[in-house]
Amino acid sequence: MPTVKYNKKSLMELLGRKVSDEVLSNRINYLGANCEGVDENEVTVEVFPNRPDLLSEQGLARALSSFMDIKLGFKKYDVKKSGVKVVVDKSVKGIRPFTACAIVKGLKLTDEKIKELIQIQEKLHITYGRNRKKAAIGIYPLEHIKTPIYYKALHPEEIKFKPLDLNKDLTGSQILAIHPTGREYGYLLDGKEKYPVFIDAKQSIMSMPPIINSNNVGKIAVTTKDVFIECSGFEFDYLHTCLNIIVTALADMGGHIYSVDLSYPDKKHVTPELSGRELKLDVEYVNKILGLELKESDVKKYLGRMGHDYKNKKALVPNYRADILHPIDLVEDIAIAHGYENFKGTLSEFSTVAQEKPISIFKNQLRSILIGLGLIEVKNYHLTNKDNQSKLMNYNIDLVELENSVTQEYTVLRAWVTPNLMETLRYNKHYEYPQNIFEIGTVFKLDDSYDTGVKETDRLAIGLCGSDANFTKIKQILDVIAEALELKYDLTETEHGSFIKGRVARVLLSNSKIAYVGELHPQVLMNWGIEMPVAVLELNVTELFNLMNFPNDKVEVTEHSKKTVSKKESKKQKPVHKKVHSKPKKKSKR
Amino acid sequence: MDIQKIIDGLHPLERKILPLLTKYSSIPNLVDNSSLKEIEVIRAIQWLRNKNLIDSKEDSKQLVFLDKNGKIYLKSGLPERVFLNSLNREMSIKEIEKTSKLSKEEVSVCLGLLKRKNAINIGKKGNDVLVSLTDVGRNILKKEMIEETFLKKSFPLDPKILSSEEIYAFNELNKRKNILKVEVQKVKTITLTPVGISLLQNVDTLTKDVIDGLTQDVIRNKSWNNKEFRSYDVKFPVPRINYGKKHFENEAIDYIKSIWLNLGFKEMSGQMVQTAFWDLDSLFVPQDHPAREMQDTFYIKKPSKGTIPEDLKKKVKAVHENGGDTGSTGWKSAWNEDKARELLLRTHTTVLSAHTLSKLKKEDLPLKFFSVGKCFRNEAVDWNHLFEFYQVEGIVVDPNANFDNLKGYLNEFFKKMGYTKVMIRPSHFPYTEPSAEIMAYSPEKQQWIELGGAGIFRPEVTKTLLGFECPVLAWGLGLGRVAVPYYKIQDLRDFNRNDLKQLRSMKKWLLQPQ
Repeated sequence: MPTVKYNKKSLMELLGRKVSDEVLSNRINYLGANCEGVDENEVTVEVFPNRPDLLSEQGLARALSSFMDIKLGFKKYDVKKSGVKVVVDKSVKGIRPFTACAIVKGLKLTDEKIKELIQIQEKLHITYGRNRKKAAIGIYPLEHIKTPIYYKALHPEEIKFKPLDLNKDLTGSQILAIHPTGREYGYLLDGKEKYPVFIDAKQSIMSMPPIINSNNVGKIAVTTKDVFIECSGFEFDYLHTCLNIIVTALADMGGHIYSVDLSYPDKKHVTPELSGRELKLDVEYVNKILGLELKESDVKKYLGRMGHDYKNKKALVPNYRADILHPIDLVEDIAIAHGYENFKGTLSEFSTVAQEKPISIFKNQLRSILIGLGLIEVKNYHLTNKDNQSKLMNYNIDLVELENSVTQEYTVLRAWVTPNLMETLRYNKHYEYPQNIFEIGTVFKLDDSYDTGVKETDRLAIGLCGSDANFTKIKQILDVIAEALELKYDLTETEHGSFIKGRVARVLLSNSKIAYVGELHPQVLMNWGIEMPVAVLELNVTELFNLMNFPNDKVEVTEHSKKTVSKKESKKQKPVHKKVHSKPKKKSKR
Repeated sequence: MDIQKIIDGLHPLERKILPLLTKYSSIPNLVDNSSLKEIEVIRAIQWLRNKNLIDSKEDSKQLVFLDKNGKIYLKSGLPERVFLNSLNREMSIKEIEKTSKLSKEEVSVCLGLLKRKNAINIGKKGNDVLVSLTDVGRNILKKEMIEETFLKKSFPLDPKILSSEEIYAFNELNKRKNILKVEVQKVKTITLTPVGISLLQNVDTLTKDVIDGLTQDVIRNKSWNNKEFRSYDVKFPVPRINYGKKHFENEAIDYIKSIWLNLGFKEMSGQMVQTAFWDLDSLFVPQDHPAREMQDTFYIKKPSKGTIPEDLKKKVKAVHENGGDTGSTGWKSAWNEDKARELLLRTHTTVLSAHTLSKLKKEDLPLKFFSVGKCFRNEAVDWNHLFEFYQVEGIVVDPNANFDNLKGYLNEFFKKMGYTKVMIRPSHFPYTEPSAEIMAYSPEKQQWIELGGAGIFRPEVTKTLLGFECPVLAWGLGLGRVAVPYYKIQDLRDFNRNDLKQLRSMKKWLLQPQ
């Protein structure tokens, strides 16, 4: 979000009133911007993207003036007809199809004012214009222009003019290749056969939007009194709002606004249009949303504070406001005018039943078992890298990869937690042993059956590290967990690159493989620089939870994102409590 | 000071060492004379010093040690003794060598030495040198030589405290090869303090047999019936032990969860990998919003695209392009399905609220939900920035909910988090209107700090996801902001550094609801 520095003196002049720094800062904050500081000469404000009209001194002063009850209500701007015509050629279609234009006369510019004008233009470019992509603004001294003006697209080699601050004719392609602004924004014209230009009746090229103006026709000086303004982009209404923001700021600077006739191949427009936009607004709706008991007169007063008029249940919204999409936006303005600080803050009266996720409860139950065994819980990032997940563990595993991480160390999502425990043990090598740790966290696996192509499950990993860490010790912990959860598990021998052969097993519960348990291979330990035995258990908590057959929730992580649950998988979810298996039929099966 | 109380607290080791300190002042001497192991003596000395019963100081001192030959002679006797013992008649040098088994060198040393003492006569008979005992020699045979007495002393010896006889013996032996050596050593000299001395006047109680550790044997044999227990110094520090522990961040999370549960909220959870559709589009974030750009959001390369629900897709497209049936103008720009199918790491847990809303039925309302979950932001990690962080999310779905209630819930939560002064002020989020920023006064920092954002979901969001209009109060708060001051963390990376020392010593979450 852009931070703008305003000249405090001219802000006060525009307000027509002197206010203390404290009041100024407080009012700006409660108006809906973030005042970062006020000093002797400057006011620094972070403007939120919904209020581009506050980017200019004039716009901020206008909003403060009504907000502080200096000048309430909808501000009228007189728009005279200029008779100037802008012809939009069909060739711009598919390139940069729209423009909205205006003329402002009678400006008394100084170097200071010109700088200000450029600042407004730049801030609008960056924010509302999305770096000139969505909207780009050009301002030209009217005196050099012979009307009518044409907006059309030409082949880059047909375009030839002196760009701003360069006393040399360049072609369209040369501008993109050589001129600094061309190099910065050239990508916006990438792949276009033709480039858009504003060109006057004398065939002088005024500019090549959204890149640059001509040095001859498009440069503002202190002698400039009348200006032609255009906004170009892809959506007419959007550009029109942008144009309105600029011309109202210029009018508040002392200029007089004149409209321009836009002639599109299939339609005619007159811009700017500043007579306001009507929007229906019920007082009831306002009170329902805000929890207030406002009368129609209150609504009128509050809307007036925010620069709107209100008559016959209709609000009149200024055309420079970009953020009024829906009556709810006026409701916010009323809340701001009422003052957020003046809401009492009452809780709803109805009662609702709380519910913690059963798997959250289950995970805390697992934690308490392990804490009782003297283990320390650790927490690592979900983001890691291939080396840690695969290479150092001597184990190949498919990983979910990030597109654009700014840090080389963090480029994938973890598919298992044991490597994170190794990281933790490596970090703590200088502390006393034994180091018995555990982590409960999410792992990520590629799986087409999910909307996202990624299956996320919770895992528990336990690492015992110390001179007496071995298979027996880790299996004892497995037994404690099984006993506490009333589970009867089986073990099968297996092979796994990270573990010593013959000292690693899969843990089976109702024929589902839910865990690995074993002693890590010394080569893996050396890879991590750990010179102590490590015994590990890594358990799929989500699967265990599902197999436990709690009465409540079943598959909590997957409930909304899984496309379809296959029959095979749902069959697996048999009860596993020892005590549940009381029917002789089931017993014989096992 | 109560002498009796001190005596009661003496450990058996201390009781053994204390009387010896009148005679001995060095640890080796105490070891030799106490039948204790060195480590036991050292511990007893340490304890006695802690009780101010002894002083110990360390100086550099010349000390006399037994050398290689000295140690041998201590066992087998001095060569002159062996010499004299084997001289039972007049003998030639060769005969002496043979019977005494002394080396040539030793024999010649003995000859000179014993001659000086007048213990032998040396005569000549032809070429042979003949040696015979004198009366003095016979006398020596009957008693111990002062050199022998000296060798039996306990070494190392302080040469400064020798008697004149001992000095003579020392000089004699020191002349000879490898019997003694003198070295400079650091020596701890232990002396009794006045309290220690007065304590020793109660030798009877001191040497009384007391029970130290209460063992199974002691209980069974009933020795406790007639013996006293040694008193412990209850103030004495004990070594620290480690214990099993929950991660401190999870303790904070548990507390925060308990606040929402107590207020009647249901927990939400869900995937961290999401489509842009759910994370952003369904929440009316325009497709060209700066937050969607690469530098802020982690996008997924493998897999690269997700699937999105058909029915909702149509509604989201309409609401973005023209407001659909919500009464909004929408963003008035084309909505791109491909962009919505991009996969990303969720940028906020508000995505969980979006999923939740899409499943609610009108007749189930009102309902309240919360979650405490990780969110991701693509930035380099430093002390003040993390790419993974927790967000505390909450929604109230209630046809009668209003903005005043929103402030009510936030006040209630932060009061329970220990903040007494909370305010909200206008802010902006694409999916809420009105929007608010939550500030709380931090007594530690003496300033207002930002704690999160809140608002009422826009009709463009609720009508699309719920299928009907209903105000939804919503907030997203940073966990770090509240946990950091509590744990006094200077570096945000500490939450995932897993430094065992820090984890072991971190205080518990002790905040109580107010």
